[in-house]
Amino acid sequence: MNVPLGATNTAVLICSSLTMAMAVRSAQLSQRKALVRFLLLTMFFGAIFLGVKAYEYHEKWVEHLVPGFGFQYEETQFERNAQILFFLYFAMTGMHAIHMIVGFGLLTYLVVKARKNAFTEHYFAPVEMIGLYWHFVDIVWIFLFPMLYLIGGRR
Amino acid sequence: MSSTATGHHTPIPNVATLVKVFLSLIVLTFVTTLISYVDLGELNIVVALIIAVFKASLVAWIFMGVRYTTSLTKLFVVAGLVWLSILVILTYSDYTSRNWIYQARPWSQTKAPFFEDKAK
Repeated sequence: MNVPLGATNTAVLICSSLTMAMAVRSAQLSQRKALVRFLLLTMFFGAIFLGVKAYEYHEKWVEHLVPGFGFQYEETQFERNAQILFFLYFAMTGMHAIHMIVGFGLLTYLVVKARKNAFTEHYFAPVEMIGLYWHFVDIVWIFLFPMLYLIGGRR
Repeated sequence: MSSTATGHHTPIPNVATLVKVFLSLIVLTFVTTLISYVDLGELNIVVALIIAVFKASLVAWIFMGVRYTTSLTKLFVVAGLVWLSILVILTYSDYTSRNWIYQARPWSQTKAPFFEDKAK
């Protein structure tokens, strides 16, 4: 695994969590412009994360490290174990990426509604709920990063 | 928490708190990455996961606003964690104790039946 890229992506996701928390705060204070701005920033960081992830996936593809598609591992005696590791890597990060994409859709919905001034101090539950979802996806990554990049998977 | 609260029952976190949590998370990410380059043997896993638990707690406590909620909500958070711990404890007690019964060979030498069938 590419540790510097993984660490960078972790930082990017933490940035997006901060902007999401700020977005919820803006909604609670009825600050429409700030809300839209923070939601867009959250989407921006989310997009960077997915872009870096796509780059990493491509890297794995080039190195023949995608299980099932001509998988090759330089230390052939560990090839079977390595394939299981990379299967878990793709299953876990893939599931996480799908949740990011869903979050992206939810944020788009929030931006559209927020532009129409739908959220005020009296009604901001959707922002709060989608914020919780976004932070939850962040927490999942906080555990995936050490487990896939920092332990076991180092080469 | 915040004096700018506009009569709503949910206290609003102030910007300084959010930024402090953000900076702590960035620093912890940096620290856990650096530590991973030092070979501590088995301790690497322990340290990495302790830092991860700490980071996740920060996100839940401030960003997700557990701190600003009622005791009932906090109880539900704890209930979720208890449930998760049951899953983890049962899974890993199985994982670690399987070899005690079957006396399996080390993991790297074990041949799963699936792969043997393929080889023929």
